[in-house]
Amino acid sequence: MKHPDEEELIAYHGGEVLRRDAIKEHLTDCTECRAEFERIDAVLGALGAMPVPDPGDDYGRRVWRQIAPRLPERRAAWWSFAGAGGFTTSWLQPRRWTAVGAIATMVTVAFMAGRFTKRISPAPIAADASAGKVRERVLIMAVGEHLGRSEMVLVELANAEPLNARQKQVNISAEQRRAEDLLEENRLYRQTALEQGDTGLANVLDELERVLLDVAHSPQEVTPAQLETIRQRIDARGILFKVRVVGKELEQREESSTPAAKQNGSMPQKRNNT
Amino acid sequence: MRRMRQSVEATGDSDAIAVERTLAGDRDAFRALVERHSRNVFRLAYRMTGNQHDAEEVVQEAFLRAYQKLGQFAARANFGTWVYRIAANYAIDRMRQRKSEDAQREPAGRPSDDGIERDVASLVPDGAPSPERLAQSEQLAVHMRRALNELTPAERTAFVMRHWGGSGIEEIAEALKSSTSAAKNTVFRSVQKLRRSLEPFVERRGQAKAMGTEL
Repeated sequence: MKHPDEEELIAYHGGEVLRRDAIKEHLTDCTECRAEFERIDAVLGALGAMPVPDPGDDYGRRVWRQIAPRLPERRAAWWSFAGAGGFTTSWLQPRRWTAVGAIATMVTVAFMAGRFTKRISPAPIAADASAGKVRERVLIMAVGEHLGRSEMVLVELANAEPLNARQKQVNISAEQRRAEDLLEENRLYRQTALEQGDTGLANVLDELERVLLDVAHSPQEVTPAQLETIRQRIDARGILFKVRVVGKELEQREESSTPAAKQNGSMPQKRNNT
Repeated sequence: MRRMRQSVEATGDSDAIAVERTLAGDRDAFRALVERHSRNVFRLAYRMTGNQHDAEEVVQEAFLRAYQKLGQFAARANFGTWVYRIAANYAIDRMRQRKSEDAQREPAGRPSDDGIERDVASLVPDGAPSPERLAQSEQLAVHMRRALNELTPAERTAFVMRHWGGSGIEEIAEALKSSTSAAKNTVFRSVQKLRRSLEPFVERRGQAKAMGTEL
């Protein structure tokens, strides 16, 4: 047979059956093609051996805990959801998800109101201005608190140290659990910010999420050297600083949205890109 | 072998029952599906996205979408394969989104100079191989991640599904929303690119392997 080309050798490696016997026989006789096949096999073999982190035996349970509150309630038959309540998709149907979605949307609206007033249509907000203001304040507070709690975890981690000189490991399980709790709401805020085009906020939340994930997945007990590496990663991202800046801006926004501030005519300031 | 096949069939049967019960309103039945298939979907998602953060998001989203679309799921199909495909679809979108986010972000915000995630978990010693071997494998891992990151989302998906997931061309074509010939071409292109990037680093392994490996 003629020499198989690269595409045929790759397909052969992947188990394709076309001309399989002929290629196999050819590879036994032809040193040039065998060498080519071995080069392909070496690359694919090395890639095949690339490790994937083990998410842990309880990973399935964790996934369930994270998605369960967001699942629509299923009554009797699936299709019975579609027509009920005037929503077009069952995604928006369940009370809990609707509430979470609404909060997330409002959070972003609150951010947008300060940052992208020109880009967001004022009409829906103007329809119920006073209710909107109240909502906005509540949401600014919610995200501000989220950032505050995140900051606290990071600060505690930065200050963690062995209880005494003889102790070789530092227990960070408390920070780990809190980081895990914060992850979900962070993800929700980030996705909503992204959907609304607030990339500045989404980027900060994205970086925060990576740090929280690192912490949530680190061992419960770490050596001082490992703890130092975690701290260096936090420092390298400058996330603590960014969280503080955004938190401060939210505080200012919250103050400026109080009735007294409104009377004084103060307006939310455009947030700096962090 | 026979026992393994029986076990796979049993999983398939219990998946089908769990799907039916979920459709009838039993949330715990879906919980069983999530707990059974999460790790497998995570492996795919991690290989596609290259980081744990995005991989976990893909896993969650895949199961949420699976739940949402469960009414469209043909009972004859394999739930594991189906949710795997949903995850692949979402991972492509996530990778595209991530690329555009990264393009907008300033370089200082990158997790490391080569954009590669280094998991904290990987800092834990694991059976202590020699420092030279560790350094070599770490270096190779860096090259491999970099080479994978240079693939387009479609190429990476095709490669992961074909060479790690063992998916058929039709399945890959469905995930890529392309024809089978285009999917085949994408698989080929991805391997070609990876070869070009990685051959200089794995050649010695290849030669060593060739000496003692039958075809």
